Amino acid sequence: MTIFRQCLAALFCCLATLASAQSFEELVAQLPEGKFAERAAVVAQLGALGDPRAVPVLEVLLEGNLHVLKSNEAIVAVREVGSDDVAYDALTGEEFGIIPRRGSSKIRVNNGLRRDIRAAIGTLTLRAPDPALRLAAADAAFRAPNPDQLELLQSVRSDESDSEVAEALDYAIAATVLESDLPDEAQVAAIDTLREMGNQDALSVLTPLLQATNPVMAAAAKDAVAAIEANQRLWNMAQNVWFGLSLGSVLLLAAIGLAITFGVMGVINMAHGELVMLGAYTTFAVQEVIRASFPGLFDWSLLIAAPLAFLIAGGVGVAIERGCVRFLYGRPLETLLATWGISLILQQTVRSIFGPNNREVGNPSWMSGAFDIGQMTITYNRLWILLFSLAVFAILLFVMKKTSMGLRMRAVTQNRAMAANMGIRTGWVDALTFGLGAGIAGLAGVALSQIDNVSPNLGQSYIVDSFMVVVFGGAGNLWGTLAAAFSLGIANKFLEPWTGAVLAKILVLVFIILFIQKRPRGLFAVKGRAVEN
Amino acid sequence: MGLIDRRMGIFLTGLFILTVAVPAGNLWMEGQPVPSYIVSLLGKYLCYALLAVALDLVWGFTGILSLGHGAFFALGGYAMGMHLMREIGDRGVYANPELPDFMVFLNYQELPWFWYGFDQFWFACLMVLLVPGALAFVFGWFAFRSRVTGVYLSIITQAMTYALMLAFFRNEMGFGGNNGLTDFKDVLGFDLQSDSTRAGLFVLSAIALAGGLLLARAITTSKLGQVLVCIRDAEDRTRFLGYRVEGYKLFVWVVSAMMAGVAGALYTPQVGIINPGEFSPANSIEIVIWVALGGRGTLVGAAIGAIIVAAAKTLLTGWFPEIWLFALGALFIFVTIFMPKGVLGVIEGALAKRPKPQPDGKEAEV
Repeated sequence: MTIFRQCLAALFCCLATLASAQSFEELVAQLPEGKFAERAAVVAQLGALGDPRAVPVLEVLLEGNLHVLKSNEAIVAVREVGSDDVAYDALTGEEFGIIPRRGSSKIRVNNGLRRDIRAAIGTLTLRAPDPALRLAAADAAFRAPNPDQLELLQSVRSDESDSEVAEALDYAIAATVLESDLPDEAQVAAIDTLREMGNQDALSVLTPLLQATNPVMAAAAKDAVAAIEANQRLWNMAQNVWFGLSLGSVLLLAAIGLAITFGVMGVINMAHGELVMLGAYTTFAVQEVIRASFPGLFDWSLLIAAPLAFLIAGGVGVAIERGCVRFLYGRPLETLLATWGISLILQQTVRSIFGPNNREVGNPSWMSGAFDIGQMTITYNRLWILLFSLAVFAILLFVMKKTSMGLRMRAVTQNRAMAANMGIRTGWVDALTFGLGAGIAGLAGVALSQIDNVSPNLGQSYIVDSFMVVVFGGAGNLWGTLAAAFSLGIANKFLEPWTGAVLAKILVLVFIILFIQKRPRGLFAVKGRAVEN
Repeated sequence: MGLIDRRMGIFLTGLFILTVAVPAGNLWMEGQPVPSYIVSLLGKYLCYALLAVALDLVWGFTGILSLGHGAFFALGGYAMGMHLMREIGDRGVYANPELPDFMVFLNYQELPWFWYGFDQFWFACLMVLLVPGALAFVFGWFAFRSRVTGVYLSIITQAMTYALMLAFFRNEMGFGGNNGLTDFKDVLGFDLQSDSTRAGLFVLSAIALAGGLLLARAITTSKLGQVLVCIRDAEDRTRFLGYRVEGYKLFVWVVSAMMAGVAGALYTPQVGIINPGEFSPANSIEIVIWVALGGRGTLVGAAIGAIIVAAAKTLLTGWFPEIWLFALGALFIFVTIFMPKGVLGVIEGALAKRPKPQPDGKEAEV
C-alpha cells in the first residue's frame, strides 16, 4: 500500500513546510464532513483565508473529482484513466498511482455549492500576481456578489495598482454594496458607479432594482437604467454602422469593377460575378500550393494571390473583350446575352475543374480574431476588407483621373471617333479598360474568399447586387458607386434588426427599383448630352 | 398582312397535327407509341413556347428587354398551384381539410387571407391573369412613366424577379418556402397522374399557345402594333409625333405578363411542382435566349426557339450533364454574334434567295 504512504507523506510535507498556515490543511480536512451547508461554510472560510493553495484544491472540488481515501482519510484528486481510478495530489497534480475501486469516496457538490466554490476561487485569485487573473476574479466577484466579501474587495481595491483591474474591482464593489444592507447613500453611490460602467452587465444588475421598495433607490436605478439604455442605443447604432460599412465594402468590391465595364464603357458584363469567382479560386489554388510546398508562407498567401488574381481575371477579361464583346458595341442588350453565355461557360469550367462543392479558403493569422472598441466588436477580416476596398477604390480613381491611360480610357468612352482621330488605338484601349474592370473583379474575389463560400455559384450571388449598386450610384461615376455601396450596406444593416436579413434585402431592392423611377440615371447622374443614347 | 401569314399558317398546322397525333398515340393506339412522360414533356415545352411568345411581344416588337418574365410565369404557376393545393383537401399527409400540408407543418392555425377563394377554380383562373397583370401594371406604370429604358429597365426587371425569389423562399410568406407547392392530386376532379388528364392538359397548352400566337399577331398587325414597332425603333420620335408612348408600352407589357401567367398556370399541373427557383434571374435570362435563337420579332420563331432549347436541354442533360451549360453558354454567344435574326431569319433568308421570291419574304425584316 505504497500509495497511501505517499499520500500521507505528501500531506505531512505540506504540514511541515507551511506550519504557519495550519488552518488551510485543517479546513481541507473538514471538507468531507457534514452536509452541503457545512461544506459551503468550509469553502467560504477557505476563500476568506486567502491562501493561494486553496485554488487548485477548490477547482478539483468544483469538477467533482476530489475524493477522500477510505483507508487513511487523505484527500486526493481522482481521475479515471481507462478503467482504473488514479489518484493525484490535488495541489501539485503529481500522480500517486492506481487506487482500488471503491477505495475512496467522492466529496459531493451541488449547484449551490458550486456557486460558492466559484466565489471562493474568485476571492482567492483577486490577489494573484497576474493582472489577467485578478481581472477575471474581479469579474467573477461582480457576477456573484457576496456581501461578506465586501471588506475583502475593498482592501484588495486599495492595494490594486493596475487601473483596469481597479475599475473592475470598483464595479464588483458596487454590485456587492447593492446586495448588502448598507445605507441609502452608499447604495445610490453604487448605482452611479454602475451607471458609469454602462454595459449589459450593469443593466442586468440594475434592472431588478427598478422594483425596489425604497423609492430613493428605485428612482436612482431608473435614472441609471435610462442613461445606460440610451448609451447602449448609441453603441448599437455604431455597431450597425460598422456592419453596414462592412457590407458596403463587400458591395463596393463586387461593384467597382462593374463601375468600369458598365459605368465607364457602357458594356453590360453579366460575367462579372464569374470573374470575381475566378479571383476567389485563384486564392484557393495559391493556398493549396502553399499548403503543399511552402507551409511557412501561409500568412503571405493573400498578398501572393492578389496580383495573380488580378492578372488571371484581367486576362480572361481581355479575352472576353477581344473575342466577343467588341463585335457587339452599340448593342447593349445583345452584349448582355453574350456575356451571360460566357458566365455560364466560366461557371461550368470551374465546376469541372474544382468540383461543385464549397472550397475551403483559410484566413491568414493577421486576418483572424477580433478586438473591442467600447461595446462593439470588430473582426480583423472585415476591417482589412474595408481598408482593401477603399485602397482599390483610391487606386482606381488615381488610374482613371491622373494617368495617361485613364485619360485615353475616358476619351474613348466619351467620343470614340474623335479619340481615334487623335491617334488613340481605341480597340487596344477598349481591351485594356475591360481588362482593368475584370482584374478588379479578380481582386474582389481574393477578398470575398475570406468571408464567403468559395463555390462555382459565388459570382451569381453578387451579380444582381453589384448591378444595383452601380445603377443606384449612377453609371459612369466612381464616387457614386462608392456612396451607393456604403449607403445600401448601412441601410440594409439598419433594416435587419426589424425585418430580418432576407426581408431587408428585398426592401432595399424595392427601394432601388422605386428610386430608379424617380432618378433613372442614379444618385449622381452624369449631366449633359453625352448621357442621352 | 393578314392575321395568319404563311409562317403562322405552317406553324399552326404543325401544332394542330401534333395536338391530334400526340394524345392519339398515347391514348388510343396499340402499344402506346407515345409514352405518357413524353406527353407531359411536350406539354411543358408548349408552355415555354407561350412564355417565349409573351416575351417576344415586348422585346421583339416594343424593344423592352425583360429579364424578369420568369416572375410573371411563376406567379401564374403559383396561382394555379394554390388551387391545386386546396383541391388536395384532407388527402394530404396531415389530413387537414382546410390547411395544405406545409402550413400544418409550419404551425399555421388558419388559412392566410390571400389563400381565400383559391378553392374555387374560376377564382384561381382569374388570379392567374390578374396577379401577373397587376404586378406588371404597377411595375410598368412607374417604369414607363419615368422613362426608364433600355439596359436600366432590364436590370430593374431582373431585380424584381430576384426580390420575388427571395420573398418566396421565406417560409413566413405562406407559399411553402423553398419546397414550393407540390404533391398535387387532381384538377376539377380529374386525376393528374392519369394519361387522359395529361393528354387533356397537353391539348389545352397547345390551344393556349395557338391563342397566344394569334393574339400577339393580332396586336402586332394592328395599327397599335405599328406604333409599338415605332417605339422600339425610335421612342423619342414617336413621342414627338404625339403618341403617348407610356400607354402603348404599358398595354403590351400587361398583356405579355398575363400570357406568361397563363403559361405558368398550365405548366404547374403538368410538371407537378412550382417552387421559388422559377423566379431565379437565370431562368428569366434563358427565356430571352429562346426568343433570340428562334428569331426576335417573329412570334412563331420565339415559340420554335423555346421548343428547340428546351428539347436540347432535356436531351443534353440526360446524355452529358456536364456539357449542358457549355452548350447553353456557347448558344448565347453564337446566336447574338452570328445569328441576330435567329433560326427563322436564317431559314427565311435562305428561302428568299431562291429565284422566285415569296411575297411574305419581307416580313423577316420586321
